[in-house]
Formats: sequence, structure tokens, C-alpha cells
Amino acid sequence: MEKMIVAKTGNEAMAEAMRQINPDVVAAYPITPATEVVQIFSSFVADGRVDTEFVPAESEHSALSACVGAAAAGGRVMTSTASQGLALMHEVLFIAAGLRLPIVICEVNRSLSGPINIHCDHSDTMASRDSGWIQIYSEDSQEAYDNTIQAMKIAEKVFLPAIVSVDAFIISHSMERLEILPDEEVQAFIGEHRKPYDLLDVDNPITLGGLDLQDYFFEHKRQEIEAMKEAKAAVIEVGKEFGEKFGTSYGFFEEYRMEDADLAIIALGSTAGTTKVVVNALREKGMKVGLFKIRVFRPLASEEIKKSLEHMKAIAILDRADGMSSFGGPVFHEIRSCLYESEKRPIVTNYIYGLGGRDIFPEEIESVYKDLEKVAEKGEVKNLINYLGVRE
Amino acid sequence: MKEIFEIRWHGRGGQGAKTAALLFGDAALSTGKYIQAFPEYGPERMGAPVQSFDRMSDKPITIHCGITNPDIVIVLDSTLMKTIDVTDGLPDDGYLLINTHKSPAEIRKEFNIKGKKIATCDAYKISEETIGKRIPNTPMLGALIKVTSILDFNQMLKDTEEKLKKKFLGRPEIVKGNLESIKKAYEEVKQE
Amino acid sequence: MKKGWKELPIGTQIIKPGSSEDFKTGDWRIEKPIIDFDKCIHCLICWIYCPDSSIYVNDNKVTGINYDFCKGCAICAEECPKDAITMQSEVESE
Repeated sequence: MEKMIVAKTGNEAMAEAMRQINPDVVAAYPITPATEVVQIFSSFVADGRVDTEFVPAESEHSALSACVGAAAAGGRVMTSTASQGLALMHEVLFIAAGLRLPIVICEVNRSLSGPINIHCDHSDTMASRDSGWIQIYSEDSQEAYDNTIQAMKIAEKVFLPAIVSVDAFIISHSMERLEILPDEEVQAFIGEHRKPYDLLDVDNPITLGGLDLQDYFFEHKRQEIEAMKEAKAAVIEVGKEFGEKFGTSYGFFEEYRMEDADLAIIALGSTAGTTKVVVNALREKGMKVGLFKIRVFRPLASEEIKKSLEHMKAIAILDRADGMSSFGGPVFHEIRSCLYESEKRPIVTNYIYGLGGRDIFPEEIESVYKDLEKVAEKGEVKNLINYLGVRE
Repeated sequence: MKEIFEIRWHGRGGQGAKTAALLFGDAALSTGKYIQAFPEYGPERMGAPVQSFDRMSDKPITIHCGITNPDIVIVLDSTLMKTIDVTDGLPDDGYLLINTHKSPAEIRKEFNIKGKKIATCDAYKISEETIGKRIPNTPMLGALIKVTSILDFNQMLKDTEEKLKKKFLGRPEIVKGNLESIKKAYEEVKQE
Repeated sequence: MKKGWKELPIGTQIIKPGSSEDFKTGDWRIEKPIIDFDKCIHCLICWIYCPDSSIYVNDNKVTGINYDFCKGCAICAEECPKDAITMQSEVESE
């Protein structure tokens, strides 16, 4: 198979994947730093390169609402947004998931206001993590492209919507080497559109969105929870098939030099890439360090995470968002909770970093590994929650 | 060459610092390299100091932070040097390539620069002669290749032509002028 | 017995059309409309106004009331130009 090698930004990569998926409907309201995704895709529409009905909405709330309507009417539907846009979609996120509509959002991780900021952190998607959407974080442009294609297939397997995200500017606006699959291969991979139901199927009329009170709501939510459990198998199945067909397999996470590691950093998105550089440098100095990159945060692969991490001496979790609970970030809470069931229960610390696009450098990541070394040596934690790269 | 070659571009909003970084990245990619090209983002204001960056390697690049110790700094407008320390983080054996009519020796004296390999190129003059406008970014690409030899010049020229043809569809005179400016800068860049 | 989550159709679908027919709202009623056919001129105003479509009409003539769905709102009695419909307490009519 002939892959095309091009230089593209994260936004261009996601727009390209959208073109190859060729959805029936895209309803969107462009927002920095995801503007380009919508802008590039709308040019595909204008140039007749896709068969998509493009709906320029008057807000993100309307955009996702139009997506819900289009998906309920049996369409394959995608959109794109970031930060405040995802926040404005918030109530509709739950509706899309509750109605079990496999919509895919190409998201760019940008800080939520305030103070106002356009740069990267994960506060936007983390604030949406309990909305019933599958969440896939991408390290670079290539993953953004690969993940978008896989997300469509995963979503349609279990009838849950999915968010694929990239770090604002660091990936969304950074041009990188990208391998693009032939259009027909992408179409063959995602396959025939699978829909949960079809409001336009007049032979099988249904009612949707009925008032769902004490006597049925819980049952429908229980179904949704089950679908998220089923999504675990779908993530693995689709990631494996992607590897068999195109060469790169994907799972819940990437374990980088973790085989014999004692100390691990857990990170999501572009920071995982920078951490790999540090791991390699410290390995040369003889330190047994590794990186555990979370790719899929929803569903949370709790059993698998426990199994992969319980033998570590000490783990530092990098969170690019704070939970504003006075007890650290969301990734910290969840991963630490996964390890509670383990008898070995390694030391787990938390580092909040990179808020509002504050850059993170290898030296800082190295300092975290050095902290971990000390913590593991003494067996005690001085600072459970740490703030990396903030001025005191 | 170290594992990853890093470039920092200094310019003013509107001078094409970002385009230069993207053009270089694209050209490097077509010679089989792994690349990153990215601007430093902030409020976009015509004339304000801006930076953009390139990384290039024979191996996949996973690092995703800003570039603090570039191998070469390229200055698209020498007046920036009065307010910005463009040599910040540039190692002693690093290159400093400046768009100016002055010679490297004059620049070294004027800004009291110790170490570094200084090169100068009058990209304003070249672009006025070839493109008819003061657009320094494409000529500086030519100067960059000459000074560092990090890419095959003809390959870069060919790739840039393709890129510009797409960008300036139906305006072949702009493409021709730009290519001419790259060649001229390649020939005229002054090194110590 | 209501269905459990494993049996229900997903996404809150109601897959049986017209299922509101199964939901008899007639037991909400505390007063029931009675038609005096001696007075009724079959103008069909009650049929137009009834919010629950509970007035039976056959051949353009009012033939009765569907008490399975009539909630006893009394709009028909209020609107009848001939006062042919009166409301009678459900307790008394027992």
C-alpha cells in the first residue's frame, strides 16, 4: 500500500482524516485553535471533494445540537471544537451520549477561561470526561490522524460518541511528518456506516428524546455505562486491526521502556513525546525509568493500568489540568484509584504542569524522575501534589 | 551534525517568518528527513517581533517543547537586534544569519558579538530586485542552505517551486521571482 | 413488570409507534362530560376543541365520548353553543 508522506499540522491532519471519512454531516462553529480544522474541511466541501452537508452554526451549542439531529436521522456525523466551544457544547455532550449517537469531535486542547488564554492545557476535555464520550489523546499529528480514523470506527461499534484531541499549538499548529493512507483504504477500514437507529426510516418509526423519569432513566444510563465497558474491547480490536492493516498498532496506552523500569511518569498528549527524550537520556545514565502514555482516558482501562503499573517503585502523574479540589488533577485521581486494589500499591505523586500553554522542557521532566528516585529510596513522600514550572 | 538540527527564525509580523519555517520544513521532509516547523503563537500584529522554529533529524522527532538552544538563528529584520538579544541560547559554534546590507565583521563590531559564526545577506535588496517587494523570507532560505549545507540546494529549490506554485496559483511571476531570490541569496550571502 | 436495562432498546428509543394509546389518561378525571343528544346540533365544536381527541364522530355526527382518554377538562362543556354537554361528578356517577 502506498502511503503518502507529507508535512502537515495537527489541524491539517485531522481535517484530512475527516475528508477521507467523508461524513454525511459536519455542523461546526470554528474556534481558535481548532479553526483550521473547520476552515480546511469547509474548503473540501466547497471544492466538491466530500459529499458532506456542511452546516455553519451560530454557536457550538447549536453545532453539536445539529450534529445530534443529523446523527439521530441516521447520518455519519463529525465536528471540531476547542476549549470554550467544548464548554458551550457541554449540555449537548450528555445528550449525544445518552441518545447513543456515534458522533466524532476533532478537539484541540486549550485552556478554559478565565483568565482568558488560547494555549494548551487539558482543562477543557477533562471537564467533559464524565459526559459519556470516549476520549482519545494524541501525542503528535500522526496520532491525531490515526486516532480520528479509529475513533469513527470505535464509536460506531459501541454507539457512543468520541473526542479525539491534540495539544493546542504544540500539535495543532506544528507541522510534522505525516503518513497519509489512500482514501479507499480509510473507507474500507471504517466500513459501512453503523447507526443505532434511524429517525428517517419510515418503515420502522421510533420516538426519541422522550421524558425519561424515575422509572426508566437509570436503566438507560446503565446501558450507557455498559457501552463504555464494551468500548474497551472495541478500542483494542480497532487498534489491533489498524496495526495489521497499516503498520502501527494502538491500545489504551503506550508503554515506553517500561519493561524493567522502577520509576515511571504518566503523561497524555505531546508531553509524552518530550518525556521519551528524557527517558532515553536517563537510561543512558543507568536509571531504570519509563514512560506510561495514556492514549485512551475514556473508557478508563483500570484493570490493565493496575497490571502494568503495580510493580513500579514510584510513579509521577503529570496532569495538564487541576481538579480545583485542593487534591491534584484528574489523571492523578483516577490512576491512583486504579492502583488501590493492588496489594503492592506503589507510591504515586502528582505534578500539575503546563497550564495555559506554559512550556515544559526536558530539564523539568528530568527533575521529576530525580524526585521519584529520592521518593523511592526513602519510601516516603514529602510533597504529594507538586506544581511544575510555576513561579513561586 | 547533532541528532536534531534546530533553527530559530526572528522576524516581524507579516515578514513571513512562519512561512519560511514551513517552507524549510517541507523541503527537508522531501529529502527524507523528519521535521517539525512551528511558530511561536501570540496575538498576531503586523510589525511586532515574532519567532518561528524548525527541527530536522534523520530519526523520528518526539520532543515537543520550544527551541531554546538553536543551531542557527536567522534574523529577517536586523532592526530587531536593537531590542532583542537574538543570540540568546545560541551556542558559541552556532550560526547567526542576518538580513542586512552590512558585512559580518561590521555586525560583529556593532553588536559586540563574541564567538558564533556570523553570515549576512541583503535579502531586502535581493527581494526587491527579484520579487519587486521587500519580502526577506525566501531569499534567506537560500542563504541558510549555503551557510549550513544541511540540505541539497537543488532539491530544496525544486520542492519550494512546487509549494509556491500551489500557494500562488495562476501567478507564475511570483513563483519565478521567489526562486530567483533564493538562488541570488545563495550566491551572495557573506560569511566570515 | 417493566423491562430491565438489558432488554430495553438503547438510546431512549420508543420503538412502538402510537404507544400513547396504552397510557389511559381517563382515570385523571374527577368530572365527566355527558352529552344531551336532544340538544346537540352536531356543530363539532367540541370535537375541534377537545385537547385529547376524545370526541367520537361518525358520518359528521357526534356519537359519544372516549372516556379512556377524556381527562375531564370541561372545555367541551364550556364551548358547546347549545349547552348540550354538562359535567357530572365522577363520585356521583358511580
